[in-house]
Amino acid sequence: MLLSSLVFLPILFALIMVVWPNKTTLRPLALGLSLIQFALSLTIFWKFDPSSSALQLVEKYPWIERFGVNYYLGIDGISLWLVILTTFLLPIIIVGSWQAIEDRVKGFHAALFVLQTAMLGTFLAIDAIFFYIFWELSLVPMYFMIGIWGGSRRIYATIKFFIYTMVGSVLMLVAIIYMMFLTQEAFGTMSASLIDFYRLDIPFIAGQFFSLQTLLFFAFALAFAIKVPVWPFHTWLPDAHVEAPTPGSVILAGVMLKMGTYGLMRWTIPLFPEAAEYWAWLFLLVAVVGIVYGAVVAMVQPDIKKLVAYSSVSHMGYIVLGLFAFNETGMTGGLYQMLNHGISTGALFLLVGMIYERTHSREISKYGGLAGVLPFFTIAFFIVTLSSIAVPLTNGFVGEFLILLGTFQANPGFAYVAVSGVVLGAVYMLWMFKRVFFGPKGELVKDESHPLHDLSPREFAVLIPMGVMIFWMGLFPNHFFHWSNASIKHLVESRSNYILTVKDTNTKTQSAALVEGE
Amino acid sequence: MSHQLLISTLILSPLIGFLINGLRYKRHSANVAGGVATAAAAISFLSAILIFMELLAMPKEGRQIAVNFFEWMTVASLKINMGFLVDPLNVIMILIITGVGSLIHLFSVSYMHHDEGAAKYFAYLNLFLFNMLVLVLGDNLLVMFVGWEGVGLCSYLLIGFWFKDSDKAAAGMKAFVTNRVGDAAFLLGMFLLFVSFGTLNFQEINNMVPADPTFSWLSPLTLGTLFLFIGATGKSAQIPLYVWLPDAMAGPTPVSALIHAATMVTAGVYMIIRLNPLFLHTPNTMLVIAIIGGLTAVMAASIGLTQWDIKKVLAYSTVSQLGYMFLAVGVGAFTAGLFHLMTHAFFKALMFLGSGSVIHAMHEEQDIRKMGGLKKHMPITHFTFLIGWLAIIGMPPFSGFFSKDEILWLSFHSPLGHPALWALGAVGAVMTAFYMTRLMALTFWGKSRVPQDVHPHESPALMTIPLIVLAILSAFAGWLGVPHVIGAALGHLPNILAEFLSLNIKPIPNLAEANVTTEIILMSVSVGFALISAALAYHMYVRNPELPGKFTEKVKGLHNFVYNKYFVDEAYEGSIIQPLVQTSKSIWFYVDVNFIDKATYWISDIIKGGGSLVRSLQNGNLQTYAMYVAIGLVMTLTFILVR
Repeated sequence: MLLSSLVFLPILFALIMVVWPNKTTLRPLALGLSLIQFALSLTIFWKFDPSSSALQLVEKYPWIERFGVNYYLGIDGISLWLVILTTFLLPIIIVGSWQAIEDRVKGFHAALFVLQTAMLGTFLAIDAIFFYIFWELSLVPMYFMIGIWGGSRRIYATIKFFIYTMVGSVLMLVAIIYMMFLTQEAFGTMSASLIDFYRLDIPFIAGQFFSLQTLLFFAFALAFAIKVPVWPFHTWLPDAHVEAPTPGSVILAGVMLKMGTYGLMRWTIPLFPEAAEYWAWLFLLVAVVGIVYGAVVAMVQPDIKKLVAYSSVSHMGYIVLGLFAFNETGMTGGLYQMLNHGISTGALFLLVGMIYERTHSREISKYGGLAGVLPFFTIAFFIVTLSSIAVPLTNGFVGEFLILLGTFQANPGFAYVAVSGVVLGAVYMLWMFKRVFFGPKGELVKDESHPLHDLSPREFAVLIPMGVMIFWMGLFPNHFFHWSNASIKHLVESRSNYILTVKDTNTKTQSAALVEGE
Repeated sequence: MSHQLLISTLILSPLIGFLINGLRYKRHSANVAGGVATAAAAISFLSAILIFMELLAMPKEGRQIAVNFFEWMTVASLKINMGFLVDPLNVIMILIITGVGSLIHLFSVSYMHHDEGAAKYFAYLNLFLFNMLVLVLGDNLLVMFVGWEGVGLCSYLLIGFWFKDSDKAAAGMKAFVTNRVGDAAFLLGMFLLFVSFGTLNFQEINNMVPADPTFSWLSPLTLGTLFLFIGATGKSAQIPLYVWLPDAMAGPTPVSALIHAATMVTAGVYMIIRLNPLFLHTPNTMLVIAIIGGLTAVMAASIGLTQWDIKKVLAYSTVSQLGYMFLAVGVGAFTAGLFHLMTHAFFKALMFLGSGSVIHAMHEEQDIRKMGGLKKHMPITHFTFLIGWLAIIGMPPFSGFFSKDEILWLSFHSPLGHPALWALGAVGAVMTAFYMTRLMALTFWGKSRVPQDVHPHESPALMTIPLIVLAILSAFAGWLGVPHVIGAALGHLPNILAEFLSLNIKPIPNLAEANVTTEIILMSVSVGFALISAALAYHMYVRNPELPGKFTEKVKGLHNFVYNKYFVDEAYEGSIIQPLVQTSKSIWFYVDVNFIDKATYWISDIIKGGGSLVRSLQNGNLQTYAMYVAIGLVMTLTFILVR
């Protein structure tokens, strides 16, 4: 029941938000509920067996039997950390938006919780149709979040965001349905279960684009690539980020982009191993282009938030690079970088939001000399910057190093180019940092009528967990690898013939019962 | 267990100092913060001495202490430990780092007394010590890289310490980014080594190096060492990545002494010495290192001839002296490289602190044209600086003489050397003697050009004591590495340093028996020319102060070219930075906004257009429908009939 509660409790929470009569206690209540949710997600560690690569804590109930669609949830080392990331970020987002969101507070928190359900469902669903429903459901609250609480061009951004992601997902739906028919052909009964999909042997013809496996591969890959976003499908992202309110940006960057990379890792690569292998060069290429392209375009942005948005394009490029290295080092780095990016870019958006709340501007040229006025804010921003540019002993370094090493082992040429991102990352972040925090005071900073205040206790409460994670993940990555190693190893080693076994969670209790019975 | 405790104390003491000062940076006065930081550095130094004695007590073959704190990263075959190893090679480094470091902390207490950010300054300085210790003690390349990037970070923070000044902040950024270029290469070097050896552990790599050298340029090991060397050119300010170091003088002067002279900038040399069996295995890389080192030595010295800023002269001098160290390791003379690293740490830290003392006395004036005759106002600073000067120009028997002579001799004599490399070194030495004498003359000697309102005075004891200690070291440290020929002449004095390091450093392969006559001739030539050059500078800047002006007037074009640092900064700005920014802007505007983004609109327009086309088909008009039916019928019939 654990996974079901995790996925569907937020819906209940959303309902509570809607009917809760008292506006002043709404935020504390939402925070409390999100913390309960986080605590609940931590109990997974008690039940999860890290030595097994099997699907665990499985819950499966028939749903539409005629088409073999099931209510099917399960977790393994690949989804585990993404689930934790999602539940970890929600309380932070709620505290972070304490003052940023002023109107329609109820609706906002309800949307947050619905989004939570959608994201957790995406990570945990093992049935293709079930997965697809969560995947699409995530668009709806996000659509409203940008459309209602967003900036001045919010309608434009929100429609662009919606249509872009929709286009990819529709193709994926076609592919899912096609694969269901394939299961019928192969096994006699139709199934939408991912486990059954894995067992399919889909014919692959090298060099022929219009062959079954390649087409299915691209149908899935495109949906995920748009979500990531992989270059050149990234142009919806800067608009969405700039227009989204801070909490929207944090969720978008922190979790929703990972739905794309998770999809590549869980669906595309193991489902279509030959096509993935054959077309790996294409993904390595667009990943590397994205790394460099995102970095150079980030460098010349006049708007801090847009700069962070383009830096996301660069960072997400690293993740795709690591995944398509197809070795343990690269994949581990890729998965780790998903978490890192959630933490560091999430924190960056929070910080940008904090300064925006004070000055109502994100224009870099209007700042300058902030370090002399807001020392604690500066320190926080600097630590997150270090994580973002992957300085050793921060989390970013571990991910970036493993990705680059894995890529180098698999295909040195791409690593030689990707390593330039190490330099460019430092260039765009530190240049921005210099213009915003150093030098003489800018017009917004020296404005006597609006003195700026340093971080409030609430803001410290938002940032400290992020800071702790940055160093914890940088110093002790093995604490985290421990839980995902088995799954990644299994994925890498049996990629060409991937099968996910299901761990019967009842075995333990059954055998215990037997012992008692004796 | 006690070893673990000792090494923990050594490394963590500055980190704790950083945390104390960092967390309370607003409340601590300069004295308290300085006291805490200096104590932290001193505790480290004491631990270093204890570790040194511990090593000495061990039998010679087993002189090493290894401790492993925890497993840092374990993925597939990659297994990285947070492991540290002390052996004769890096025990010298930690003694220099913590010893000179403690002196510089002490000096800073007085120097930074009036600065409102003193606590922050000391926090950074402690953090730097921590990272530097991690760098030299790490038992594998990745832990070294932690310190490697960490010291770069502290350097960034300290260069841009007075961040309200845009130029200083920019200098910090320039240092970090230039270093990052090197670091990216360092990463690639690591990858190549990992793919070749399956490990990043220094000892394992050194043990696995094949016996015979590889002469291919494209072998993974040649490429690997080349990339590591590019990394070193960033950290240790060699051609082509040296440009950040002169700008780094924007930081407080004690920082220049500690980071940009004595310790951090020598990290590249240390790294190569640490991997000396590997570098000896790739003679092509060694050749590149020697050439770059030699060229840097001459190029930087030539710029030093023309600068007016006391710190800039010392900065170019540092670049030049680092060039000597690379020249040394490039010809396989690793011991000589480390020896010069050590003596340079003493005399250059001395001179930087001396310049700090001068700048302090001159009320933040750094232009040597506005100094002169300071000898009588600042006797201690002058005397200690004088010893530094004697050491750097290679006057026997001061420390620089021994180490520089060893490098010059081996660059000539080593099978990896070449007379041309010797010549580069000798020319550099001649220039060094000239610009250092010029600096001495303009600052301390001759007539005073000090403005009326400035009253120079000797610095307080907290500043002069470190100067005196460093002066003693600069004067006598050379006897640790007496060259064979002098040792023999004076009655078999041993080369203590070489013997101490014998376990860590592979001898130069196929080194022929030294020819005593040649060695003495070469030594006399380089010392002789250096003395002539120094005398000439003395003549020009003390005796006939109008001479230099006349001379530069004659070679105005050349002087301008050199004075403006060969326009290298401008060339980089014009050929790399501006094009990068411009290209990025055009990519953003033309590719991102006006192509990729527009393309999606075209596609949506096409779909919309297609939709309206289809919509117009079903307009409800019966005649049109009838026409469609007719057309369809005709087409079907044609199709059937033609087939």
